[in-house]
Amino acid sequence: MTRTNNVEQLQAIARTIRRHIIEMIAEAKSGHPGGSLSAVELLVTLYFDVMRHDPAQPHWAGRDRFLLSKGHAAPVLYSIMAEAGYTPVDQLNTLRKLGSIYQGHPDRRFIPALEASTGSLGEGISLAIGMGLAAKLDGSDSRTYVMVGDGEIQEGQIWESAMFAGYHKVDNIVAIVDYNRIQLDGFVKDIMDVEPIAAKWLSFNWNVIELDGHDIPAIQKAFHDAAQTKGKPTVLIAHTIKGKGVSFMENNPKFHGVAPTAAERDAALKEIG
Amino acid sequence: MAQKTKIELKMGVATREAFGQELLELGRENKDVVVCDADLSKSTMTAYFAKEFPERFFECGIAEANMVGIGAGLASAGKIAFVSSFSCFVLNKGFEQLRVGVAYPHTNLKIVGTHSGISIGEDGPSQMSVEDISLACSLPGLIVLAPADEVCTRKLVRLAAGHAGPVFIRTGRPKVPIIYNGDQTFEIGKAVEVLEGSDVTIMANGLLVAEAVKAAELLDAEGVSARVLDLFSVKPLDREAIARAARETGAIVVAEEHLVDSGLGVRVAQAVAESCPCPMEFIGLETYAESGSPDGLLDKYGLRAANLVDAARKVISRKRA
Repeated sequence: MTRTNNVEQLQAIARTIRRHIIEMIAEAKSGHPGGSLSAVELLVTLYFDVMRHDPAQPHWAGRDRFLLSKGHAAPVLYSIMAEAGYTPVDQLNTLRKLGSIYQGHPDRRFIPALEASTGSLGEGISLAIGMGLAAKLDGSDSRTYVMVGDGEIQEGQIWESAMFAGYHKVDNIVAIVDYNRIQLDGFVKDIMDVEPIAAKWLSFNWNVIELDGHDIPAIQKAFHDAAQTKGKPTVLIAHTIKGKGVSFMENNPKFHGVAPTAAERDAALKEIG
Repeated sequence: MAQKTKIELKMGVATREAFGQELLELGRENKDVVVCDADLSKSTMTAYFAKEFPERFFECGIAEANMVGIGAGLASAGKIAFVSSFSCFVLNKGFEQLRVGVAYPHTNLKIVGTHSGISIGEDGPSQMSVEDISLACSLPGLIVLAPADEVCTRKLVRLAAGHAGPVFIRTGRPKVPIIYNGDQTFEIGKAVEVLEGSDVTIMANGLLVAEAVKAAELLDAEGVSARVLDLFSVKPLDREAIARAARETGAIVVAEEHLVDSGLGVRVAQAVAESCPCPMEFIGLETYAESGSPDGLLDKYGLRAANLVDAARKVISRKRA
């Protein structure tokens, strides 16, 4: 597996991941491109630079963990895990097909290296807390990262878990809010606004870092600062663009959960380069 | 192990009390045992564990969904994790988390519900768990256990801890009679024949086992030989013992402190229908109960030995018809 903190190399990996996302969703003829594309830089930086993990030993006890609470963005996670060496790259185009390990939402029965089966929104931070508490009991410096959607934080369980982690000072977990401002039915501000978003997390006693979720140096710094923060869990409010990297998908609610046509796929791949 | 004669029923501790005591013992034996509770530890009796092992006890506050998720995370990271609350809260409020976080990925979490059934008494139906067996049994891969007394509870808590996979244990609030000697063994998926009998079989779990034992004694006085089977393992069921009872006694009464159309009875009926169909009668709750003393409620809602005797007479008459 490539491991690098070189920004250009990480950007190159991000382009590869975007191509996979477009190709696999187009082939599946269903899936969620928008929220996969918005998370690319964040997860590429995590997997290829920040996290301590070994695809050859997926259950190594000392590993850092990542959970995709917004499970519908499975294509970005699958593409990254495949490129990292956990799963076959050449099967990515079997996404959502009968018998594929690349299920519609992440499923540990098919990919044991996944840290959680997800897809029902709101549950990931609770799981991450449990993993963080276990690491503390074991005296391990393993860290756990969990990505939630901005629409997802409308779920009540998110705030149960936010209250717990803040109160119990679970400082070895990092939540990442992929703040792409669009959910299935439209713009988050029109469905049920989550603002003031930073104030909410601050009031639950989290360390809050706001950043541009496509700016790799900013992402590297945020994860570094999170690791230095003791006594509080950290949340990254990552301002992102839904459908990032494909002009006709960017900020377009249609591409939350609709696959590109063959023509749209070709146009998207040409644009990504 | 089945007795030929009657059992002297002496009052023991509540099954929740036995759970709390055994959990503490497990904690002393294994440092990987961890416990989560949702502001009910003095009632679920996880307080014993919390007091001795505060660093391994996680108070989650009144937030059951989050508690189930945290327990699942602890279990995923290798801990022997127990989560506990009143049955109605952990099952109903944590159900989605049990579905996606526990059953679907087969997470090694132990869920212990206390205050099940109507025998909690005065607090009334909002606190009475009468759907928990139904909900728990609906989740693939979840082992569902409902012990009758303190002996069985202690052994099932221990069995659950050693079992690789999710387990739900249903316990109750009131003190209950002791059914078993301390040397009784229990196995997941195996019923215990508490009393031998040839004319009818009464199948029960939880506090209805004691009522079944009393009913068998009353029936014996009428010259009716009633077998009593403790189906503490609701899932998996002991289909062999059930089929044998159907074949050998030809009439079955199922009794439970749960909604009658979605609990143990319907599961037993499926097993009987698939093996050796015979007349059956069902004792359980038709709907939500009300506040009152536990004894008063069990009388009013028909969960007593006398009700089981009536059902046994009826099912035997259908056999002979």
